[in-house]
Formats: sequence, C-alpha cells, structure tokens
Amino acid sequence: MSKYTAKYLEDKLKDKLEATYVHVSDDSDGCGGKFSAVIVSKAFEGKALLQKHRLVNTTLAEELKEIHAFSQKSYTPAEWEKVQQQEKQ
Amino acid sequence: MNRICQILLRPSYASNLATTVRTVPALTATRRWYSADAAAPPAALDKDTLEKLVRTNKVVVFMKGNPQAPRCGFSNAVVQIMRMHGVPYDAHDVLENEALRQGVKDYTDWPTIPQVFINGEFVGGCDILMQMHQNGDLIEELKKVGIVSELLKAAEANDAAKK
Repeated sequence: MSKYTAKYLEDKLKDKLEATYVHVSDDSDGCGGKFSAVIVSKAFEGKALLQKHRLVNTTLAEELKEIHAFSQKSYTPAEWEKVQQQEKQ
Repeated sequence: MNRICQILLRPSYASNLATTVRTVPALTATRRWYSADAAAPPAALDKDTLEKLVRTNKVVVFMKGNPQAPRCGFSNAVVQIMRMHGVPYDAHDVLENEALRQGVKDYTDWPTIPQVFINGEFVGGCDILMQMHQNGDLIEELKKVGIVSELLKAAEANDAAKK
C-alpha cells in the first residue's frame, strides 16, 4: 500500500526530468504498490542505460521506498522515435 | 513471532510442555524449532564482503528465491534470461538473509532486487537485463567475460546451415 498514484508519478517525472512524454500505469489494482513507466526525456541523452535508470530512481527515491515494484523504460527523444517506428511495423 | 516465543518460554508453559514430552516423546523430538528473528535484525553486510561476493563467479545474481524457485516475477525474468543464454552464474537469495538484502542495495545504491553483476560490475536489474537481452547487448557483455551465449551459438549454427 502506498499513497502514490500514476498521475502523481507522471507529474513528478514530467516536472523533475522535463520529460516530453511520460506514461505511468498502475499495475497494482489500485493499491499503489506496483507501477510501470515509459519516460522520454532529453535528460537521458549521452547516458548509458544504467545511468538513465539511476536518474529515474534518484528522482523517485522517496516514492520507491513505499512502492514495492517499479519497472521503467527510459528513452531519449531520438530512441523513442525509433521505438515508435518499430511498433508501427 | 517474538510474542509467541516468549509465551512458549514461560515457565508455566514449559512445565506443561514437559508433561506432554513424557506422553509423546517421539513427536516432540522433531519439534525443536528455533527462530532467528528473536534477535535484533542484523546490520547490512559491509562493502568488503559484498566486493568479494560479487566476484565469486563471472555472473552473480542477487534475487528473491533461488533459480529453481524464484519468489518474485522480476527475479524469475532474470533467471529465464540467463537460462536462455545458457549462462552459468552464482545466485544469492536475499530473502534468506536480511543483512545481504540491505547490504547489496547499499553497495550498488540501487533500490530493488534482482541485481545482476558481470565480472564484479553492477549491470542492472530486471528492466535493464530485459532490454540488454532484446537489443543484443547481453550477448556482447557475456562475450567480454568469455561466455558464449547459447542464443548466439544457435544463431551461428543457423547461419552455417543456410550456407
């Protein structure tokens, strides 16, 4: 059980990481313990995969203490474009 | 749990138990259970210990449960990825040891389990392993430490058959 909602996390990520696209889904059936997120931000540019994830983990450090399961896909705008094109195919 | 232990340890309860022991000795003989959580929770393992642990094999995984019986979906995903690539690795079950669980989180400054190390270097958790599996990076990283992925072998065998 945590007090966080998908909307809250989306707003925080958008704000702190200046993300151009954020989608957080609550996979916990409403108990607020399990989320997955797709984040697109220029802040990820020039960072290795581990560094991108670390940046998100740090941003949500306080929240992750209560959120039991958090999964993320973090892309730079360029990577995100590629991903979307692949999905169209 | 502690409270139950305390009740069981009360002299009055113990003497009742003693009576029972005499009537059914065979049964009680198998019921000497100890509970570690009566003691204070252990402190997190220190950096030196972790540094040794992550180097016990080329690939080391800290997970919930063990590879035969993972006790978390994310840990299970890592086990399945390792199985697909045919990677030999050491697995540590953090649920068996709270000091290890906290120790590894402190060591990597990473909030979640599972955690994967290759050649003593922290690589990432489930999301990162999944992504590396999908984009081929995992095969490359394994190659660097002298492990040839089963998926690579299969792909090469396939190519050879085509020629």
